[in-house]
Formats: sequence, C-alpha cells, structure tokens
Amino acid sequence: MALSLMEGNEAIVRGAIFAGCRFFAGYPITPATTIFNAMLKLLPPLGGVCLQGEDEIASIGCCLGASMAGLKAMTATSGPGISLYSENISFAIGSEIPVVIVDVQRLGPSTGSATRGADGDINFLRWGNSGGLPAVVLAPVDVKDCFLLTIQAFNLAEELRCPVFIASNKEIGMTRESIDIDVIKKPEIIERAAPPPHEPFLPFSVPSGGQVPHFLPIGDKRLVRQTSSTHGADGYITTDPDEISKTLKRLKTKLLSTVDRYSFHEAHFKENADTLLLTYGVTARAALDVFKKQNKSGKPISLLILKTLWPVPENLIREKAAQAKRVVVVEMNLGQYVREIERILPEKKIDFCGQMDGRLITPSRISEVVDHA
Amino acid sequence: MPSLLNTSRPPVFCPGCAHDRILHALDKTFQNMGLAGHQTVIVSDIGCSGLFDTFFHTHALHGLHGRALTYATGLKMARPELQVIVTMGDGGLGIGGAHLLAACRRNLDITLLILNNFNFGMTGGQFSATTPAEAQVGSDFLNRMEKPLDICRVTSSAGAAYVARSSAYQKDLAQKIESAFRFDGFAVLDIWGVCPGRYTKRNRLTPQTIDKSLAKLPPADGPVDANTRKEYGRHYRELAADCKQAAPLLKIEAIFDPPDSVRQEVILLGNAGQRIITAGEILCLAGLTAGLRVTQKNEYNITVMRGHSISEIILSPHEIGYTGIERPTVILALSQEGVDRRVRIFNRLDSDTMIIKGRGIDLPSCNAEIHQVDFKKQGVKAVNRALAALAVLAKLNKIIHIEMLQAALETKFKGKILAAALNLVREVEIDL
Repeated sequence: MALSLMEGNEAIVRGAIFAGCRFFAGYPITPATTIFNAMLKLLPPLGGVCLQGEDEIASIGCCLGASMAGLKAMTATSGPGISLYSENISFAIGSEIPVVIVDVQRLGPSTGSATRGADGDINFLRWGNSGGLPAVVLAPVDVKDCFLLTIQAFNLAEELRCPVFIASNKEIGMTRESIDIDVIKKPEIIERAAPPPHEPFLPFSVPSGGQVPHFLPIGDKRLVRQTSSTHGADGYITTDPDEISKTLKRLKTKLLSTVDRYSFHEAHFKENADTLLLTYGVTARAALDVFKKQNKSGKPISLLILKTLWPVPENLIREKAAQAKRVVVVEMNLGQYVREIERILPEKKIDFCGQMDGRLITPSRISEVVDHA
Repeated sequence: MPSLLNTSRPPVFCPGCAHDRILHALDKTFQNMGLAGHQTVIVSDIGCSGLFDTFFHTHALHGLHGRALTYATGLKMARPELQVIVTMGDGGLGIGGAHLLAACRRNLDITLLILNNFNFGMTGGQFSATTPAEAQVGSDFLNRMEKPLDICRVTSSAGAAYVARSSAYQKDLAQKIESAFRFDGFAVLDIWGVCPGRYTKRNRLTPQTIDKSLAKLPPADGPVDANTRKEYGRHYRELAADCKQAAPLLKIEAIFDPPDSVRQEVILLGNAGQRIITAGEILCLAGLTAGLRVTQKNEYNITVMRGHSISEIILSPHEIGYTGIERPTVILALSQEGVDRRVRIFNRLDSDTMIIKGRGIDLPSCNAEIHQVDFKKQGVKAVNRALAALAVLAKLNKIIHIEMLQAALETKFKGKILAAALNLVREVEIDL
C-alpha cells in the first residue's frame, strides 16, 4: 500500500485532468486558490491552457468560449465568485454549454469568512440562475470524492451538455488527507456526442429518441451558432411559443429524467432503525462516526450520505427512507436542503440539525439531535 | 470570394443606421481577404451590435452584455487558427470595462469592432461611456456630470497594440477593418456612427460632424509603437512549452509499525514563521510511513511571518471520519499567540493529553500531562521549534517513532536541508 498526502482542491484538479479537462480559467479566491495553483502547474505541460481571468466573470466567460471551441473546461471559485458567475451559469444552462464549476464554499453571506467552511451555497447553486432551470450539483465528502466526483462531473457535463457543480467546502478543499489514487475505480470517460458526418448541422436539433443536441465545436467545417437568446434548433432567436416551450421543457427533463443514473450516494442501512440520518458534504464524516457509535451502543440508526444533491435524487431518498419513521437532516447552514426532504417525505417526522459559525458540526452535536427523539 | 452575408436573414436596422454600413464594410473585408465562414467566428455583444452574427454565414457566439471579449478569449486560446471578431457597442464597452482593459493588456489576436453610436440605442437612448455631457439622452440629466471616455486613448494606455478610429461613413472602412484583421495581436477599431432611431432624434450628429470631431482628436490609425509586443497566444504557447512536467505524485510505502494502533490527534499551536504547517505535513508523512490514515487542517493569519499558525493532525489505523479535534492526544505548544488562539480547548483536557510546551509559554490551567522543553537553551531557533517538538515526540515514542520521522524528512527534503533537519532531530534533548 502506498499513500499520498493531498488536499481536496488538488484532488479535484487531478480528477479534472484525468477526465480530459484541458482548459481552466480562474481567479485567486480563498479557499479555491489552490485549484488555480495546481492547474497552473499541471495543465500547461500537458498542452492545456490555464488562464487567470481579470475577474470571476471573465474566468467563467473564457471557459464558455473554450468549451464552445471543443475543450473540456473548468473554473473554480467560492461564494463571492459564484455570485458573479450567475449570469454565465444561466447562459451555460440555457445554451447547453458543458462546463464544470467548482464552488469551494466558505462561510457567507457575502465575503463572509474566507478561511471558514460552510455549505451555505447549496440552494444558490441550484437556484442561482435566471429562469430557474435545474443544474447538476455533486457534493464530495473527502479527498477521494473530490477526485472521483470531478471525473463524474465532466462526464455528466459532456453527456448532458450542462454546467455541473462540485459543491466542495473549505473543510474538504484545504484539508490534506491520505489517499491512494491508484486503487480508486475510475469511470469511463465520456465525450460530447458529435452529429453524423456529411449531414446539415443544426446546433440545437435533438437526435430522435434523445434529449441532448449533438455538439460540434466552433471552428468546425460545418458552421456552429451559439446564443444566449431564446433559440430554436437552428440557433437563431425565436419567438414561437411552442418551440420555446419544447426547448425549455427539454432542458428540465434531460436532467430530471436521468438523475436516477447518477444519484451518487453512500447508504448504511440498519434493520429496526427508526431514524435515518441524512447529510452531505464534509458533515457526512461526523455523521458516519455517529452512525458507528450509535450502532455499537445498541441504538441503531441508518445513514444516507447524498453525493448528488441536484437534481434531487427523489427516488433514492424515498427508497432509503422507506423504513424510517424519522429523518434527521444535518447541514452546515441554517436549513436549505432540509426543505427538499420535507417536500419529498411529507409523511415522515423531519428533524433538522444545522450550524453556521465556521466550525464543523461535531459528532456529539449530531448525537444530541439524534437522541432527542 | 463570395459574400458571407446570410441571404436568408437580410440585415434589419433602423433606416439610416450606421450599423448597416459597418455590416457591409465587414462583409467586403471578408471578401477581400478571401475568408470562408468556417474560418471565422463573430462574437457579438448585446444591443444592436449583437445582431451582427445573425446576418453572416460564419461561426457565431452571442452571449451576455459586456462579456463578448471573455468568450472570444477562451475561443481564441482554444482555436488559435480562427479569425475572431468581436462586435460591441459603446454600451457593452462600458459594462465590460474590465474585460476591455484586460484584452488590451493581453494582446491576444482578436479584432474588436466598437460600433460607437454614443448611446444605448436598443433600450431607449440612455447615455453610455462615450456619450458627450451636453447630449440629450434617455437618462435625463445623468450624463451631464460624467466625462465621456475616448476609447482610443483608454485602450492605448491599457496596452492595446493596435488602435484606430474611423467613421462608419469612410469609403475605406473595409480596408481599415482589414488592417485590424491582419494585425497580429489585439486590434481595436473605434467606429463612430449615427443612431437615427434614438440619438439623432434629439442631438445633431451627421457624417460631416463626425468627420470634424474625429479631425480634432489625436491621431489613432493602427499599430501603437509603445505597445508593440508578441501576440499573447503565441507567447503563451512558447512559455508553456518551457514548463516542466510536474513531478509525479509522491507515494509513500508503509514500511514501519506505528507505536500505537488507535486514533491519535495532535494540535500544533504556534506562530507564523515557525514552520508549523510544514511540521504538520511531516507528521502526516511520518504517519504514512507506518500505513496510517492521516488528515491535516490548518489555520493561519492572512499575514506572512506574523500572527498565529495552527495545524491539526489526525493519524489513525482506520479511515478517518470527523476531521475536527475535541480532545487531542498531544498538543505542541510553541508560541503564546497559538495557545491564546485555542485557549478554549484546555479546560476540556484530562491526563490522557500530553502537552509539550516551549519554556516561557503560559498555559491555561488544565489536567493534561505537561512537559517543558527549553528550546532556547538548546540553541533551537524559532523556525526549527516545530520540527524539534516532533523530534521530542518521536523520542518519547509517542504517536511516531524516530525512524518514521527520519523517513518523513527524507521524503520531504533533500541535500543540506535534509542533513540539517536530521541533525536537529538527533540533537534535540528531552529535558523533562
């Protein structure tokens, strides 16, 4: 056995490069800066491009341009930057531009505390786009997840032509941890699907039976149109309500109808457990300690760690919560994802354990809530 | 070469709009240069200039207001062979001011055509960054206090290597656009024209008055000598080609047995400049040499060489869950600032915790087992005290042993630094 010492941010970079990322544009912002640093060290020698944008808007803008030119692209930021990304997130969603966006969350609101962790952007990542269409958000628990989920994020971005977020946290991104990258089972790398050759190309026309348009890069022999305006299959602005409605519904369904395939999670099920502990992100580590302790002490609980947060893996949550009478939702914020759980499981008792003070939620704090039935 | 105009979408501008002239001049440039649609991308901004891409058979990217240069930058870096043209109005210019300055400073081979008609036309004639203070605009009196900017002066001061002004009515506009295209670097062409739909409803501006105004301005007609330099993309690729491949990921084989087989938690409380974070890393590496799982969390000030520096390390034979530390196995107390920062932890401690503290550091009262080391007397400088404290730990066979520490140092350091570190570890005495 040979272990390496690596922080979550570096693991994201290594996952991205493994997935074929060859373009990165970022900007110094704690606690995401070391993603930029590592990209700068690793990408140029591979023939990739790593840019420092003049600001966050430019960083994601450059990524969208590079992605439309055919490169797998990623950017990384934290709360203040993700807010500035918003208009381009909407662009990437509405115009189906593959891109991976890493949010190494820090305590907000606003500039908040640059060096303190939080999971305060979880709803922003889902809802922070004009138009309110869904996005994919994956939440790592540890360094290994940072590596693996980043690969998955690229695969999903390429396959579904959409932005995919990695909702990391200062407490994962800047925490070093032992990892053996070689033993991690890596998924197959997915590339954007090109249209059949020698046929006229319409940039947003969907192949029959599919939900995602074929992709050609700007610069191809066949002309490519990209636009942030409401468009038809030909990439020109349209005002036809039927065509608009069809496209926007497709943007929603292409994610909601496929989430069962990528409902990443870790489930620990115990017979006779009335309580299901449900959490995500770095808090899952404390929850796992609680799960082990409770089961040792003869008060069994079950545990569900969500790694796909959006679209909400509703079927998975319903299935894993079926036996439970009560669900305890733990989040490093004052209550965001718990609303989804309340929506999905109206018949269950939902208890919430949240904290937003820059500190990790301790196992003992979770135990208190679990025990306080 | 044939025209690249999109015959199925004839240009639609208000009657008398300068954009129409610029559009045809651009098409003439495409023809004169023999450019094919697939060799060219028009990145259009928002507003009337944002319609340009739809009127041509070229690649097209139409995005958000003021951001066209950012998309163009990504495109050009990814596809250097493409002719990248940005069309932007004076509105987008003001909105994306930071992007304009950055593009000038970079000198990436993009041509920026600014369709300057002195107002936000599409939204009702509000004032823009180039509207004269005396103009009557859709934003009432708000333009009267603001000084319009001279695009050419701003872009040349920002480092643009090619800057030119033109009237939309000049006969040689197509040649002017071609010169900008042919320039190997970022080329700005500030094209003045009339917006009959909005601006000239209330202001007098004609091709003749434009000529007069242009004649009064300092010349701007091409390469800016002071800003001449390598094109950014080429320069980037040259420099990137010299970048060394990153060192392969450091992997550490487990070759030792650790002194203990339970979870151990260590907090280093010190100061910036004491190499606290490095010592924490070395402790982790030492753990890896015995096959332990490790985590390291750090906390430090924004200042370098001043303020507290804290590192929290967990070592365990099992996977590590929670990465926080509530009841540490060991505290290495190396500076007063570090101790003061975590003063709350001390009253929780019992005799299971061992504290190794430097002489002269005051600890809050607690029940931990305390050992004192007189670093000063042993001649250990502040920068080496964290490592010296690890040596003390290893000599006590607590959490790590001396072979683990030596092996960790050998993976982290080389040459003289390694020799000095090993020497320090050897010489530190436990004056318990």
